[in-house]
Amino acid sequence: MLIGFVPEIFSNDACAILRAMNQPVIEVEDLSFSYADALVLERVSLVIEAGEFVGLVGPNAGGKSTLLKLILGLLEPQAGRIRVLGQSPRQAVRHIGYVPQHPSFPRDFPISVEQVVLMGRLGIGPLLGGYRKRDRVSAARALEEVEALELARRPIGTLSGGQLQRVLLARALVGEPRILILDEPTANIDQRAEGDVFDLLADLNQRLTILLVSHDIAFISAYVGRVACLNRTLNCHPTQAVDEHIIQHLYGGHVRQVAHGHKL
Amino acid sequence: MSAFLAALGDYAFLQTALFAGLLASIGCGVVGTFVVVKRITFMAGGIAHSVLGGMGVALYFGLDPFAGALLAAILSALLIGSVRLVWKTQEDTMIGALWAIGMAIGVLFIAKTPGYTSDLMSFLFGNILLVPTRELWLMAGLDLVLVATIALFYRQFLAITFDEELARLRGVPVAFFYLLLLCLVAVTVVLLIQVVGLILVIALLTLPAAIAGHYVYSLSAMMLIATVLGGLFTSLGLAISFGPDLPAGPTMILLAGGVYVLSALFSRFMARRRATRRTLAA
Repeated sequence: MLIGFVPEIFSNDACAILRAMNQPVIEVEDLSFSYADALVLERVSLVIEAGEFVGLVGPNAGGKSTLLKLILGLLEPQAGRIRVLGQSPRQAVRHIGYVPQHPSFPRDFPISVEQVVLMGRLGIGPLLGGYRKRDRVSAARALEEVEALELARRPIGTLSGGQLQRVLLARALVGEPRILILDEPTANIDQRAEGDVFDLLADLNQRLTILLVSHDIAFISAYVGRVACLNRTLNCHPTQAVDEHIIQHLYGGHVRQVAHGHKL
Repeated sequence: MSAFLAALGDYAFLQTALFAGLLASIGCGVVGTFVVVKRITFMAGGIAHSVLGGMGVALYFGLDPFAGALLAAILSALLIGSVRLVWKTQEDTMIGALWAIGMAIGVLFIAKTPGYTSDLMSFLFGNILLVPTRELWLMAGLDLVLVATIALFYRQFLAITFDEELARLRGVPVAFFYLLLLCLVAVTVVLLIQVVGLILVIALLTLPAAIAGHYVYSLSAMMLIATVLGGLFTSLGLAISFGPDLPAGPTMILLAGGVYVLSALFSRFMARRRATRRTLAA
């Protein structure tokens, strides 16, 4: 009796959870996207499993930021399919922490670091009124995690590039995301700070799936588990397989001539 | 000044004018801060000037010009906001066009309104001494709407002002709150038109907040200081203009403008001094 009873429970919620656990975190299938005058992505497919640390590299205008915007639901694909955590990007976006390449705000805006980080809590809790105590506790914890708690009261305009990057990372973490997406997180900071940021990301990778855009293929290959190369079309490589061939393929002229042994 | 204080006790219209100025400064502090940090002064200007269209039409049909102004301001805010959201390119040209079209409609209707043409000057430059007492209640009501809306949705307004992309990613309906913010600007413009008229309204909307922005690093502090400054400029402007019988609106604006210029120079000087000191200390 009891044995017959258990699967019945499992067939409902638990099975859905089990299925969700095995489900890829990000699934991009045959995705194509064009702006008015240019085809930017052509039949791109990419599957990212839970716990992965994937680096997305490619030349400028190769479609990296566009792919991120599609995954974030800021753009709609013209062909193909994107599922994030089994949902549409717009539904899933609150489980994503996003660190933009350029801060999309004026640096002289009169706002403190704590207020900036708190914005990552929008969409959590009640619609009306100000931030709650829980939000402030989360903001302090996120700032502590990126080792920037002492900046909390500083005006945003007084931070250095590296400090600002940490604050933006805290803003992405404060909403308790399951996926972290970063667009060139180290573009505006020096190399030592760059190493610090990547060490931090390696720690975060213990609990988060990370997708990171970078132009610096050599630097990221020490940290990421897999490299996705995007130049309108996309190819994936395990990190150790990234060699001159691939880099040439990606940035050089004769794109279709070079054969790849591995493709996802 | 003492003559003004003595007269203030005797004349109800002066008391009304003083209250009208204070009520207007609440709107100018709270909403003006958003206008300054979001840099939508030009849009606010478009909204303010096209209000004349609504006033003219209301006058022509014998309706309350205040109601016409409010309606025209909201309509113009929604139009200008939609242009920015949908069109994106050449939004400044579009706003300029709406600005002028609104005014032209207003001037035409006022010209064809029998007997009322003298009102044009007080619409354009305001006459705080002519604010009827019952309108104070209306102004207080509008202030309540402004403050309540911003208090309830403070996080959302702050987010769309600071970083639209993040707001969108966190599920905030950006277009809705953007249009709502412009509607609040419209309401504030109508409040301030009572005091300084629609030509000078932009100064009173932005200068107190801009002065506050020289010294503080949070939106709430900016709103508070801008409100106090707005109250000072309108009250002092009224007092100064009373003795020599100057028009009150322009006096207030000159006061605000003068303080703004001095404050801009002073804060620049202070920033340089801090930088020099830091260099010398190192």
